[in-house]
Amino acid sequence: MDIGLTHYLIVAAILFTIGIAGIILNRKNIIVILMSVELILLAVNINLVAFSSFLGDLTGQVFSLFILTVAAAEAAIGLAILVTYYRNRGSIAVEDINLMKG
Amino acid sequence: MTPLSFALAHSLPEIVLAVGALALLMLGALRKLTGDWIISECAIVLLGLAALSMLFQVQSSAVIWDGAFIDDSFGRFMKLLALCGALVSLLLSREFMAREGIDFFEFPVLILLATLGMLMLISAQSLIALYLGLELMSLALYVIAAFHRDNLRASEAGLKYFVLGALSSGMMLYGASLIYGFAGTVSFTGIGEALRGGPSIGIVFGLVFLMAGLAFKMSVVPFHMWTPDVYEGAPTPVTAFFASAAKMAAVAITVRIVITAFPGMKVQWQQIVVFISILSMAVGAFGAIGQTNIKRLMAYSSIGHMGFALVGLSAGTQQGVLGVLVYLAIYLVMTLGTFAAILSMRIGNRYVENIGDLAGLSRNNKLLAFVLAMMMFSLAGIPPLAGFFAKWYVFVAAIQSNLYWLAVIGMLASVVSAFYYLRVVKIMYLDEPARPFDRVNWEVTAVMALGGLFVVLFWVYPGPLVEAASAAAKSLF
Repeated sequence: MDIGLTHYLIVAAILFTIGIAGIILNRKNIIVILMSVELILLAVNINLVAFSSFLGDLTGQVFSLFILTVAAAEAAIGLAILVTYYRNRGSIAVEDINLMKG
Repeated sequence: MTPLSFALAHSLPEIVLAVGALALLMLGALRKLTGDWIISECAIVLLGLAALSMLFQVQSSAVIWDGAFIDDSFGRFMKLLALCGALVSLLLSREFMAREGIDFFEFPVLILLATLGMLMLISAQSLIALYLGLELMSLALYVIAAFHRDNLRASEAGLKYFVLGALSSGMMLYGASLIYGFAGTVSFTGIGEALRGGPSIGIVFGLVFLMAGLAFKMSVVPFHMWTPDVYEGAPTPVTAFFASAAKMAAVAITVRIVITAFPGMKVQWQQIVVFISILSMAVGAFGAIGQTNIKRLMAYSSIGHMGFALVGLSAGTQQGVLGVLVYLAIYLVMTLGTFAAILSMRIGNRYVENIGDLAGLSRNNKLLAFVLAMMMFSLAGIPPLAGFFAKWYVFVAAIQSNLYWLAVIGMLASVVSAFYYLRVVKIMYLDEPARPFDRVNWEVTAVMALGGLFVVLFWVYPGPLVEAASAAAKSLF
């Protein structure tokens, strides 16, 4: 069986869906949400690299390098905010983030 | 290939902010003094310089940096609004930050970096530039939302904003990857040309995901859930910055991308824009009714106002874009004026945020009560105040494109929302006086006075703003 563009797109779509489901269904803690966000970004990278190779155009690969760079910065900032939250609240459970409602 | 000096001249405001922000970061790290205003003052001057640098243009429109960046009059109009929002928010922040004990030098630097991201976003001409501008803006905004690091509410606001923001940029990127794959290019004009032969299903999916990500940044329904919590939890000047400058950039890029990259898919994006616009107007009108916290009320108000602005975009015509631009300019002044009034709500050296604290304000502080009442009337869209003209321009555009029912729904939503704006005025003018507020400083008074004058006297001389917006709208078509 030949592996074509469609297969890559399906893998990326599955990873993307797992990532979104991880954010929406997750009731445990925020670290899992951060992991799901990374999963979404990696799904996008698979998409971009697959398209790039299929189209014979390097732009997609450049795009995916930028995404990797920004994802690192994003994870750093997310963890930093998480630490300040933990210091104030003493917990990182999703159900405890409920001070403001309505 | 354009010469370097030409490209530099066209991206002067961005360069001023980028170099300035790094220089101030160095200065702040080396000085190690707290309660020191120099960084904040320099940042205000830099924002002013960036705004001034746009007045000297060699040529009205140019695509530079290898097709990633466009400098046109639409971009300059929106950049001016974003810079105004940033400058005024920073000016208003100084006393608040000092009183709350969070006047660290990082704050003005982060505001500068966020503003730089906004300018890059407004000028983006390819999907990569769009993503990088958006992330530079968002990453700085996540941090300043949680800037009050010993305050539980602020860190909760920052955390919520971060999680939902990261999710939305993921969705936007997935959309961007599909568009790149099916159109074969990341440049907006290139995508527009690739769509000449009719859209494929992959591009439609991409457009939906892209719009979902942008809708989050504009805080329109169904991606608005973060707005009330973040507005309430973040420090008030930061909320003012979110409500003013960040909104300008997000709407600007949405308008640019649908008009320049997707003219061939008007049927598809029009449906999305009409849908989110109606829902936002409804949620903005009904969600704010039971609120007791004035920052939360302003959050729902901003959701509603973004819905009104999108009525203009749903028309998809030059008249519609003109409506959006005029709406944003007027909304910027109204929202900054209102936040200046909120920042003067201080009793016994503590900032208060309940609408009940405004009771009987007209007897304690006539000027503040009058300005806030004018802002509320204007937000409700009562003639002859500026807010009425803002709504008028977008509804006229909708009617000219035969979207009668959309205009009717908009008017109904604005009648419903008048209820809670007028409730604030009623509490200020008819209720028994509560404790009077402390004296306010000159920055807050000046912003309130200027905002009030603009809102009340806009009808006398609307020409310059409408002409500038009209030239800006023309450059997109």
